[in-house]
Amino acid sequence: MQPSISPKILFSAIPTDAFWPAAGTARDVAEAGGASILPLRLEGVTYTRGGQSLLHEVTFTVTAGASTIVLGPNGAGKSLLLKLCHGLLRPAAGRVVWLGPAAAQAAERQAMVFQRPVLLRRSVAANVAYALRLRGVCRNERPDRIRQALEMAGLLPLAGRYARVLSGGEQQRLALARAWASRPEVLFLDEPTANLDPAATRAVEEVIQLCRASGTKIVMTTHDLGQARRLADEVLFLHRGRLIEQAPAARFFDLPATPAAQAFMRGDLLW
Amino acid sequence: MDDLSGALQTALVLIGRMDPGLTEIVWLSLQVSVTAVLLASVIGFPLGAGLALSRFPGHKLVIVLLNALMGLPPVVVGLTVYLMLSRSGPMGELGLLFTPTAMIIAQCILVTPIISALTRQTIEDLWSEYEEQLRSLGAGRGRAVLTLLWEGRYSLFTAVLAGFGRAIAEVGAVLIVGGNITHVTRVMTTSIALETAKGNLELALALGIVLISLALIINAAVYLTKDLVFRYSN
Repeated sequence: MQPSISPKILFSAIPTDAFWPAAGTARDVAEAGGASILPLRLEGVTYTRGGQSLLHEVTFTVTAGASTIVLGPNGAGKSLLLKLCHGLLRPAAGRVVWLGPAAAQAAERQAMVFQRPVLLRRSVAANVAYALRLRGVCRNERPDRIRQALEMAGLLPLAGRYARVLSGGEQQRLALARAWASRPEVLFLDEPTANLDPAATRAVEEVIQLCRASGTKIVMTTHDLGQARRLADEVLFLHRGRLIEQAPAARFFDLPATPAAQAFMRGDLLW
Repeated sequence: MDDLSGALQTALVLIGRMDPGLTEIVWLSLQVSVTAVLLASVIGFPLGAGLALSRFPGHKLVIVLLNALMGLPPVVVGLTVYLMLSRSGPMGELGLLFTPTAMIIAQCILVTPIISALTRQTIEDLWSEYEEQLRSLGAGRGRAVLTLLWEGRYSLFTAVLAGFGRAIAEVGAVLIVGGNITHVTRVMTTSIALETAKGNLELALALGIVLISLALIINAAVYLTKDLVFRYSN
């Protein structure tokens, strides 16, 4: 959607856009004021399980704005990497640090959507309300936030439905809406379309683009090359637990620098 | 054979016209067992959920013990509570022996392990599914426990009903600590035992029919909630 506009301009432009009613809490304004938790830096991050090294000395930095796609075959360690970034796992060695001025609030200003969405056994709207309550959004503000989030995900007509009876694509869009509702600065997406058919995938990708347009930094894993091309501004190519390449999307797709990435781009089977 | 059919007929008549003697006993049984199960739930939910989410040395041992306590023999519980509450016991001063309160305590002790063990199992299963999502949303341990209890509400309701089934059908404990005193501590099971011994088969049968009907209703409720869980959890 607007890949050339800088993130700052995008962010400050949000309230003027008709689609994004200015839900101006003090905190939102403070956030828009520029205090950011980004960049995120991983330094020599290694993760082992059962004596096996699943991620090996991964070092990179992601900055605000551009959507970062973590690309690689299944088993490359993409999900692990995302969970380490999000703080759900601790590295065996190395460190994960938020370098921005608002780094102290990093935990509450990021959100994650998992490969298999875990929805609560309540209504669609109540799922979003739950996330907002946990983030300390005050009670009178919640209805607006819920409406905006569901509208973005195209789920407003289903607000009263029981969440667990939604289709796979709708469930994933609800997970996105729930994650986005608290206005995270960074949104981690772990193969959000892995189990979906093309139509549902397209709908989910549209919601992801809307999240991005609202100024949320997207960090997403995928093994789907086509999806990476559609969504990536920047690519981290992961293979067998190692970060092989980090490059702007255009360059990565035109001229992958490493043999492994070239093979992946050709559609060879990597393992 | 004539004796039996005659007794059955009289029993049905007793139930049909809501015989005061009969309803008094049924009502007391329900009061005692419902109170015991409510108390056991108040103790058992947090205990089971806490066990599910915490890890400490001896955690496995506690779980094994808790599961073993599900099969606690009622007479042993009755005896223990009796010793505690008897005049010379540590809580003799309270004068609770041979009161409905003593029966509630005994049944509560019987039911709490059932409810906590089933709660632990339910919450542990849910936790493995929800953990990452709840941590990601920023839920602390306390919030997670509350959320999971609510998420597991249908299964937990089944646990409560199982506990109630155990409480209402149990004889040994309430007989020992209640004493089966007319109008005071006489419940369905103890009355059946007594009336049968006395040869008063009509009342015994009437109470038996009520008890079995209750068991049927409870099982139907369990079945229906399971059905509901299945429909909504997929």
